[in-house]
Amino acid sequence: MGIPGGAKLRRVARFLLFSTIALALGGCTLPTFGGFRGATTQGQAEFKLWSWMTMAGLVVAAIVWGLILWAVIAYRRRDPDKMPRQFHSNAFVEVIYTAVPLIIIGVIFFYTVKTENTVDALAPHPAVTVRVTGFQWGWSFSYRDPQGKQIALVETAQARPPVLAGNPTSAEYPQFVLPLGETTQIVLESADVVHGFYIPAFNFSRYALPGVTNNFDFTPVHTGVFAGHCAQYCGLYHAEMLFSVRVVRPGAFQAWLSTQPASGAAT
Amino acid sequence: MTLLADRPAVVEEGSDHEHGAGPSGFLKWVTSTDHKVIGKNYTVTAVIFFLLAGAMAMLIRAQLANPDSTLLSQHTYNEMFTMHGSLMIYLFVGPVAFGGLANYIVPLQIGAPDMAFPRLNALSYWLYLGGGSLMMLGFLTTGSAADFGWVAYAPLSNSINTPGAGPDLWIVALILTGFSAIFTGVNLVTTIYYLRAPGMTMFRMPIFTWNMLVTGILILIAFPVFTSALVLLWCDRHLGAHIFEVSGGGVPVLWQDLFWFFGHPEVYILALPFFGIVTDVIAVFSRKPIFGYRGMVFATMSIAALSTSVWAHHMFTTGVVLLPFFSLMSYLIAVPTGIKFFNWIGTMWRGSVKFDTPMLFAIGFLVTFLLGGVSGILLASPPVDFATHDTYFVVAHFHSVVMSLVMAAFAGFFFWYPKMTGRMLREGLGKATFWLMLVGANVTFLPQYLLGLKGMPRRIAEYAASDGFTTLNRISSAGSVLLFLSVAIFLVNVVVSWWKPIPAGDNPWDASSLEWATSSPPPHHNFLKIPPIRSQRPVWDYNHPEDRIIEHAKARPGGFVASGGVGTVLLADVNVDGEDTLETRDPDR
Ligand code: HEM
Ligand SMILES: [Cu+2]
Ligand SMILES: [Cu+2]
Repeated sequence: MGIPGGAKLRRVARFLLFSTIALALGGCTLPTFGGFRGATTQGQAEFKLWSWMTMAGLVVAAIVWGLILWAVIAYRRRDPDKMPRQFHSNAFVEVIYTAVPLIIIGVIFFYTVKTENTVDALAPHPAVTVRVTGFQWGWSFSYRDPQGKQIALVETAQARPPVLAGNPTSAEYPQFVLPLGETTQIVLESADVVHGFYIPAFNFSRYALPGVTNNFDFTPVHTGVFAGHCAQYCGLYHAEMLFSVRVVRPGAFQAWLSTQPASGAAT
Repeated sequence: MTLLADRPAVVEEGSDHEHGAGPSGFLKWVTSTDHKVIGKNYTVTAVIFFLLAGAMAMLIRAQLANPDSTLLSQHTYNEMFTMHGSLMIYLFVGPVAFGGLANYIVPLQIGAPDMAFPRLNALSYWLYLGGGSLMMLGFLTTGSAADFGWVAYAPLSNSINTPGAGPDLWIVALILTGFSAIFTGVNLVTTIYYLRAPGMTMFRMPIFTWNMLVTGILILIAFPVFTSALVLLWCDRHLGAHIFEVSGGGVPVLWQDLFWFFGHPEVYILALPFFGIVTDVIAVFSRKPIFGYRGMVFATMSIAALSTSVWAHHMFTTGVVLLPFFSLMSYLIAVPTGIKFFNWIGTMWRGSVKFDTPMLFAIGFLVTFLLGGVSGILLASPPVDFATHDTYFVVAHFHSVVMSLVMAAFAGFFFWYPKMTGRMLREGLGKATFWLMLVGANVTFLPQYLLGLKGMPRRIAEYAASDGFTTLNRISSAGSVLLFLSVAIFLVNVVVSWWKPIPAGDNPWDASSLEWATSSPPPHHNFLKIPPIRSQRPVWDYNHPEDRIIEHAKARPGGFVASGGVGTVLLADVNVDGEDTLETRDPDR
């Protein structure tokens, strides 16, 4: 490579490095690009990956869009009689555009695996265990003690939902409750077809798969009420298979739990 | 151009002058085994399915333009997105490429008189037409058309959850079109291996033909699995086979594995032909050879190979797949895809780029496909997929991809319409179609990325006003009106070209591959004579002797000569045409 080009390249690289570090230090202001920042520790881990990957993706896209636009504008046909030089390869360029994407992918893959291990990690002794069952067309949330005995139950009151979907947080749909800052394990099952247990603000969804039990943890970091949907199409009233989750302080959680009937349909 | 100066003045397309009087009119149409007639039948049929599926998309967008919408019932809405997706994927994008354009163009590009198995080719078309019609007949049943989504996940697709004839018709339809695709795959692969004209070595084939070879192989890998899985599903529904039922010891998620083992390669079965079209169009309208031709061929092959081992990226949220493996394989596909992008850019680089309609559509493809590719990389990361799976983010992602393929299809229509009909399409109307489609596609689908990130699930018939999805949905629906107009203008363009024809001539684009060496439309059995094939651009070499690139050392005299069949005799005959100007200039001979 030519020396002058090398110097310029080094300057650009240094600029990129510094701006990256600056961004990393201000980690809490990572751009959202329209996504949720995550209301659980797991969701926050996902958000970080999302934000960084989207930045990387947009930078790559901007470069490629720029090259396309440049080629289209700079090399538009001005003189219909002039024939361009008929070159058709350049070994150096070809090696570069094969190698660089491989490196980028290596980096992205590393952080992907790291994040997915965080998101999927299961605490050995969760504070709360909730057995969630999806059915056509509703949900049941069964709170279990360490022996597996049901201590509280929240479920969809009407399996045949109203004709028009309301907001998932409204009272016609079941609302389950989680303690702030403690780890709850969800044990997810399906009673009939495939459903998708999806809480957008937690940046998480998982299938309720017939014949399979899926386990995952939520450790909420914000109080509030968050919408939940069935994400996987499950038949006629899929659009109305809604629910919500309310995150409260541990004290309030225990108080709520003690008022719940151990069985029976309460919403 | 002196190339074909001494062929008969008028050759009616498909005229059977060599074979005496054959059937004519309707009878000729239904009995024809000519790849050009079948290719046109396929193209027209597929475009009709595209229009039907597009009409359903307009209904979907009308429904979603308002919160609490009651325009369509829940049930009708479910039928609409199921049939929209099924028609678009199974009956439009795939068939229009491998049954329509490839059927017509591949034999021409390699200098063959027809496909290797013309009768099998006809069978493919009739299976496709029959299957497609069966699927549509679902709307006439007392129950409903299929309404389990285009993926028909078990056990939603069993006889208890979705009973009735409509879903059965859907299954049987796809078994028929599955066989149709397999036969076409066999035909393409055989044709490309065995019917190339003398001199047309593998590494002189146009990229479109290369990609159709790889597509054909992928079809043979993917479609048999899908077709068998559909038979299993049918057995579950009617014979109580319990293959996908927990109650009988079956495994519901097996359906997802089988489906996506087909479904992901299918994505590339849909995409590779259009990559090919775009590659050739960009080279022609930049007046340059393809940049990095061999690299591109190997990129295509590695995309195809990798595509068979990424299927479970559609199943990250099932909780039962090996996340790192499928994520890594999915990321890896970005490398050969990136190579293609740089090939396309490199082809335009220092070229002389002319913005005729096919080239505009090719550029539209590049710009739009890039967005689909980048969002695809995000989705290949399991944690990001957990946050966005089954939301409008995914709908936006795959529509960025498929709309770019539609643009590439239009690049192909505008590029080859003159060859197929002998008439030009109007440039003005073509450019209007292009701009409306480019703007329409992005106005329709960009807001859907944001909707998905805000948590709007896909396949929901309605949402509440308080969900906060209304504004973005309205923008999206407005964009779909632009898409509607764009397609309408294209249809006007076709009508105008019949009403007031502009003759096309043999080679209106100054293109370089063999199909441009024959008349428009080509005569029965395609060529009366073939120019010498000394490089990837035989027609270009002939027309631009100063600007040709001849591979020196490797040019075997005569190249790879096809053996056996009618084709050989015919080709051998037409190739002896005496005046070979290139012959005398080639330093190796
Ligand atoms: C012409 C403009 C198009 C519009 C406005 C449009 C609109 C839509 C919308 C809004 C959905 C989501 C429905 C839902 O999830 O509730 C959808 C689904 C879908 N579309 Fe399109 N689409 C268009 C073109 C295409 C094309 C060209 C293809 C493929 C080649 C395609 C394939 C699909 C598929 C496979 C689905 C998923 C169906 C399912 O969820 O089962 N669409 N379309
Ligand atoms: Cu559902
Ligand atoms: Cu895939």
